[in-house]
Amino acid sequence: MARKKECIAMLLAGGQGSRLGILTKQIAKPAVPYGGKYRIIDFPLSNCVNSGIDTVGVLTQYQPLELNDYIGNGEPWDLDRSNGGVHILSPYQQIEGTQWYKGTANAIFQNINFIDRYDPEYVVVLSGDHIYKMDYSKMLQFHKEKEAACTIAMLEVEWEEASRFGLMFVDESGRITDFEEKPKNPRSNKASMGVYMFTWETLRKYLLEDEANENSSNDFGKDVIPAMHAAGERLFAFPFDGYWKDVGTIDSLWESNLDLLNPRVNLDLTDNDWKIYARNTGAPPHYVSPDALVQNSLVAEGCMIEGKVDFSILFANVTVEKGAVIEDSIIMPGTTVKSGTKVQYAIVAENAVIEENSVVGKRPEEMENLDDWGVAVVGSGITIKSGATVLPKEQVDADREVK
Amino acid sequence: MRANNIIGIIYSNAYDYSLSELTSLRAMSSVPFCSRYRFIDFPLSNFVNCGISKVGIVTKSNYQSLMDHVGNGKAWDLSRKREGLYILPPFHSGVSSENRGRLESLIGIKDFLAASKEEYVLFSDCNIICNYDLKKLFDFHTKKNADITIVYKHGTVPKLRDVMALEHGEDGKISAITTPNENDVADYSTNIILIRKSLLERLINEAVSLHFQSFTMGIIQRNVEKLNMYALECEGFFETVDSLQSYFDVSMKLLDPKNMKLLFDKEHPIYTKDRDDMPAIYGLGSSVHNSLIADGCVIDGTVENSIIFRGARIAKGAHVKNCIIMQNSYISENVKLDCIITDKNVVVKPNNNLAGALTYPVYIGKGITI
Repeated sequence: MARKKECIAMLLAGGQGSRLGILTKQIAKPAVPYGGKYRIIDFPLSNCVNSGIDTVGVLTQYQPLELNDYIGNGEPWDLDRSNGGVHILSPYQQIEGTQWYKGTANAIFQNINFIDRYDPEYVVVLSGDHIYKMDYSKMLQFHKEKEAACTIAMLEVEWEEASRFGLMFVDESGRITDFEEKPKNPRSNKASMGVYMFTWETLRKYLLEDEANENSSNDFGKDVIPAMHAAGERLFAFPFDGYWKDVGTIDSLWESNLDLLNPRVNLDLTDNDWKIYARNTGAPPHYVSPDALVQNSLVAEGCMIEGKVDFSILFANVTVEKGAVIEDSIIMPGTTVKSGTKVQYAIVAENAVIEENSVVGKRPEEMENLDDWGVAVVGSGITIKSGATVLPKEQVDADREVK
Repeated sequence: MRANNIIGIIYSNAYDYSLSELTSLRAMSSVPFCSRYRFIDFPLSNFVNCGISKVGIVTKSNYQSLMDHVGNGKAWDLSRKREGLYILPPFHSGVSSENRGRLESLIGIKDFLAASKEEYVLFSDCNIICNYDLKKLFDFHTKKNADITIVYKHGTVPKLRDVMALEHGEDGKISAITTPNENDVADYSTNIILIRKSLLERLINEAVSLHFQSFTMGIIQRNVEKLNMYALECEGFFETVDSLQSYFDVSMKLLDPKNMKLLFDKEHPIYTKDRDDMPAIYGLGSSVHNSLIADGCVIDGTVENSIIFRGARIAKGAHVKNCIIMQNSYISENVKLDCIITDKNVVVKPNNNLAGALTYPVYIGKGITI
């Protein structure tokens, strides 16, 4: 029997992330590379361990191979513990038959046994697709002070963006009075960050009820929390004012990566007191040749740069040959960009090869019709043959020949 | 020869005196090198890459930073239930003196050797920067049915005490071992030596009973004629550090991508302790040419022909040329540095102008503010 824990984390990492297109063809969204050396899941995992939460269940379902491999025994996050630590929780066969995780709440429901082993007072439910640094222990403190059943982390967003979020109405004490899910005309700009702190005893009861309800879609946002609200449970909003971004789309992934280059953006990854941990590649230092030009960029170890790199993120072991130009782009690990090639406003996934004199993406200023413009994406392991072109907004998931 | 039948022994303090600037606060083994490594990463990784799973590190003095660096050996996969990494601190047997040599260190680890069930012992020093496939050494040793095999390098002998010059035939059989003069060109021993454990134990006992003081004399040289000793030439990038100047020169050799490829062979990686830094940040107006940069650096100034370690910062307007800037050093605005080696945590305040020469790099000690 595991020893009792005050608070454990359940990390929802099973989503397909279909809005990330070919980037999640073979990997789950939380395993998508971010920020030159991280993967998205490093953020919630590091937040947990920095917040003093040492027991994390990671719920996986879609394309789990790479994600499971990446998490391994949890050692990079100090989550290889003899009591607690990180646990991969996949759907499994039961007497009544096998069930996929039908929704976020159902995923937790199916792992009630796992949670009960630690007999926690509180469970924090996180999602594996957000970039942010947050101290969950402060949220737990708030949750206890308010004697809440559920506390939802809340971020004030720009009014024009509010309609993309689940919104909350909050009274002076911080108590949530009402919800609104992605309304056309938002009346609030207080958005839910998808970080939920529950009192486990209460949540457990609602999960059982929700599962018994055949009309439920077994989702936290749509079913469980509204049910708790309707029953008059104490729901509170915990205000957060740091950087937070949902990287669920190609555009937001691209933007969020390049936010790291913006000194005005409040996401400091150099802070030694709140490190974001990752599985390290162990590559040698990166080399910048005499003719190279590198500015406004993040460059990870193992890169070999002989060309021009501006306003871009280069992950480990990227090669940029002489005469190649990379601007406003994200180049994931192990990719080679050969000489004479131009990569602009693009995301190039892992281990791709962009051969000589090809063109990937285009600057928006150069477009005749801005509606046709978007970030170009080259899939993992793809070769763009010499002289070929990848148009803006295009997603390439097969080797590209010259047309 | 099974690699897991070999114990690797690393002398962590060998030749400390030759690099006195960098070793005044640390052992030779933990001297920082090439942006993110320490000297000991090279022998440790070479051992591990060929399958050795038991490594003893013989320490003598100043080994705090070494212990901090290697920890439980996790980074080299040496944190194991069976075998793994052993730090062997000095053992005072009552007869030991201040100036402990290799032989005395060996006497100190006699019990460790006796308790090990491995059949062979492989020695290495730390001031050798190489990525060497030791399997070749094992095969050679077996094929020649050798008692002792010594890896040598042909060239000008390093300026170190007790260097052995090997005279050998084409088949590698050593006929004589001499002490070379300074600046001689010879086939000199790199101190990578493979020997059967039981033989080593016998030779140690003999050397002790005959009151020999030195390993080279008491174990090796004395037995050239009696034993089957062979010499094997090293390959690839293989450099010995014997002074601050050679530390600087060997570092700078890595600015040639050909040498980088040899030393950091993807099939035989060099492992080191992780620091979990974010990737290097290049600011607006930064200009970097012919340099090696580690994670965690923030570069806003100009860097040329230099090696920058993890967490170092080069501020706007600073110009760093032909330099080695170690961990967390801060080079402020409008500083000009040429041929300078800064140790860890050095701060150079704004508008300073410091220069050495390519043939005389200037060293700035750990934690100094200028």
